[in-house]
Amino acid sequence: MPFIPHTHADKESMLDTLGIASIDDLFDEIPKEIQCEGLPDVPDGISEMAMLSHMAKRARDDSAGICFLGAGCYDHYIPSAVWDIASRGEFLTAYTPYQAEASQGTLQLVYEFQTMLASLTSMDVANASVYDGASALAEAILMAVRVNRKSKSRRVLVPASLHPFYLATVRSIVTHQDINVELMALEDGLSAISDSVLNDAIAVVVQQPNFFGLLEDVDALTTRAHDAGALVIGVVNPMTLALLKPPGDWGDTGADIVCGDGQPLGIPMASGGPSFGFLCTRMAHVRQLPGRIAGRTQDKTGNWGFVLTLQAREQHIRRAKATSNICTNQGLLVTAATIYMTLLGPQGLNEVASACVRNTHRLAERLTELPNVSMRFDAPYFHECVLDFEESTDAIQHRLLNSGILGGYPLTGLIEKGDQAMLICATETRTDRDIESYYRALSDG
Amino acid sequence: MADTIFDKSRPTRRAAAQRVESRATEKFVPEQFQRLSPPMLPEVSELQAVRHFTNLARRNFSIDTHFYPLGSCTMKYNPRGAHRAAMQDGFLNRHPLTPTSHSQGVLSCLYELQEILQNVTGTAQVCLTPMAGAQGELTGALMIKAYHADNNDHERLEIIVPTAAHGTNPATASMAGLIAKEVEVNADGDVDLESLKRVVGPKTAGVMLTNPSTCAVFERRIQAISDIVHDAGGLLYYDGANLNAILGRARPGDMQFDVLHLNLHKTFATPHGGGGPGAGPVGANELLAPYLPTPMVIKSESGYRWLDQAERPKSIGRLSSFMGNVGILLRAYAYSLMLGGNGMCDVSDYATLNANYLMRRLSDAGFHPAYPVRRATHEFAISLRQEAKETGVTAMDFAKRLLDYGFHAPTTYFPLLIPECFLIEPTETETKEELDAFADAMIAILKEAQQDPEFVKQAPHEQSVGRLDEVQAVRQLDVTAH
Repeated sequence: MPFIPHTHADKESMLDTLGIASIDDLFDEIPKEIQCEGLPDVPDGISEMAMLSHMAKRARDDSAGICFLGAGCYDHYIPSAVWDIASRGEFLTAYTPYQAEASQGTLQLVYEFQTMLASLTSMDVANASVYDGASALAEAILMAVRVNRKSKSRRVLVPASLHPFYLATVRSIVTHQDINVELMALEDGLSAISDSVLNDAIAVVVQQPNFFGLLEDVDALTTRAHDAGALVIGVVNPMTLALLKPPGDWGDTGADIVCGDGQPLGIPMASGGPSFGFLCTRMAHVRQLPGRIAGRTQDKTGNWGFVLTLQAREQHIRRAKATSNICTNQGLLVTAATIYMTLLGPQGLNEVASACVRNTHRLAERLTELPNVSMRFDAPYFHECVLDFEESTDAIQHRLLNSGILGGYPLTGLIEKGDQAMLICATETRTDRDIESYYRALSDG
Repeated sequence: MADTIFDKSRPTRRAAAQRVESRATEKFVPEQFQRLSPPMLPEVSELQAVRHFTNLARRNFSIDTHFYPLGSCTMKYNPRGAHRAAMQDGFLNRHPLTPTSHSQGVLSCLYELQEILQNVTGTAQVCLTPMAGAQGELTGALMIKAYHADNNDHERLEIIVPTAAHGTNPATASMAGLIAKEVEVNADGDVDLESLKRVVGPKTAGVMLTNPSTCAVFERRIQAISDIVHDAGGLLYYDGANLNAILGRARPGDMQFDVLHLNLHKTFATPHGGGGPGAGPVGANELLAPYLPTPMVIKSESGYRWLDQAERPKSIGRLSSFMGNVGILLRAYAYSLMLGGNGMCDVSDYATLNANYLMRRLSDAGFHPAYPVRRATHEFAISLRQEAKETGVTAMDFAKRLLDYGFHAPTTYFPLLIPECFLIEPTETETKEELDAFADAMIAILKEAQQDPEFVKQAPHEQSVGRLDEVQAVRQLDVTAH
């Protein structure tokens, strides 16, 4: 009986206390007709040693090579202390901090996290996380509709340059509340909005950098959206904010809601999850923010401490009228991200962002030296960009994989001539040698 | 109060953990896009960071440090082996968009987990991507809605939930664009069938039930409920929060549930992480399986691969940036391998034995089970109403004083219909000695409440902070340090 501590004597003594002969008696309220005879189709248990050996082999099967894939998940270096400390049992195996006095560690950490995220985005408040970047955007849109109650329309404009999986997730979630998600026009990879499209929209979503890695004119987009009475939802990569203008400073008065995925902040790629989504906003809208929020308060003798606050927004109090149904969030990943941001500090994060920008530009410049490779877009880009090839990216990807290189994300179906285009990325972990390997593998074709 | 990390920050101080060669970026990022002043992140040494967060960790109760009998949350031991299995480089370094040719390891694990969960729940297909129980619930509600829409049954917009249901149930209904309707619960904790018959009808999309219920008793008339709902054209949704109680004893599929979610961070022992991550896989019978979200994993002649939207035209679509919380799914898979079908049956046996034993110990000591004539399941509710009336010491006061005795408090004031409620879930991984010590602490606190109620009402006394003022936290909102 793995992980069950009962000795035979324990069991007998407990049955004795209960005045029953066997554990089966405890299940006598389950009608006979629906009882099952164990789980014969699930194989018997194995030892930890056998399990680890089995899973080590599976993990080895998945080594693909040097990663130039981005598209919403990035191969950053994670300092050793991040997961050493996040994996401590007191963080790993605690529950949601409902009993504040027994959860000061998690609560203070969340408060510090909120402070860091608010400062990175230049917003007033952040929540304690939602599931991931895509679901954060869905929540941000639902929140915008609650905030912009004056608006009679149900239209939300999103860029055609939005991450396609974010768009799909948003559609799955928000359309059930009668919200119309409309795509804005795309001009040379950048969002374009006309007054007629803006018209009565509730909110405009702006992603910076956008899915193609390009830098959008966030100031103009924000101001125009505000002039038309729409709220602005910024979707950002938190790592890039070491260098890029934070959404709170965009345009006339800044974005109203900011969201994104926290994976670049010390979270392993791990097949895309668990990561965490974050949501920030202005103080005026804090009561419409979904998810948990930690706040500072005092005990009776004046000691400072931390609690979950504004709980009247949440499902366990408001039930059907809650801001969201979210309960479990991504606490452990928030723990890791907070340690990561602390270890890097403003200077470290700036260096990481700068190295990502520099490496991706170097990679793009090097690869486009080849006659059959060219840049798709002219606009300034951050740490991702789209390359055009003169053959199918399936073939190129296959060839690169044989040389131990994960070359990028094929854009088949996502842009015009996408079957010959690829989104590439080089983070701070890619060396000049890695870039040369990519170049050689490509030119050998 | 312990200082925040920002109080320890000094300009230009930094950790050595991450130093990247500094390079000018002006030529790459034009001025109009640039940040003007740096973010206010802490500037501390690596040791300061390590010490600060280690000391924060020490101010948490956790499964690894304390008995944590939080009802409905299944705070059982989280095996280190499962954690280690998922933290291997091959899994951690895999980019989610890696071609399937180089992803057979993780895909095979996920496929086998789908199969295990199908067997455990008695469903036809399982999708692993929902990222927590509440997202699993939303998935199920959207699938039910899509099914009715497919049958041109557009009037079915009501989801029935028991009055005792978890708050996520009605909140999920709203999020899915459905209307939550409540059905009464009897004095014995079961759903009131007459009340159910009154509320079902041509507008019923479905019913959401937890079984064992949130009242911590097995819903004995589940077959009658199923008949009433199905006869009215509605569907049955199973909230898997309490599956730990019936693993290998009864399967939701056999109880005629059409769709369900599991909480892997409960039944399958993945760590709760101070609030998450979870994982909320959804299973469905043949009728609803076509509506499951994407992506799912299938096995084909050429190996394992993702099943995408084009192959699932009826699917409700995508719910996450990539494939959900894969790292949690791998831990659940590792746990399933170690337990096996036989070990899973032991789980429900001993979880149930522990709960019934602790309920008996407490009732023998004079405490009042909410449903004294019923068996405990993997958990049980007691009401401290009489104790509160006699001494003025409430369930909240008991909860805070338990911390001083070295026990995390049970779930308090849930389910809402039981006054001064404690919902107590010991789990199968606790020893008899631990249960006895908890019962002894409850008895000692009751004695304190009778002799010096004010002392208990001021608890906790031995934590790093005293009882914190939640009203002040709302009125003088302080949610960032700057």
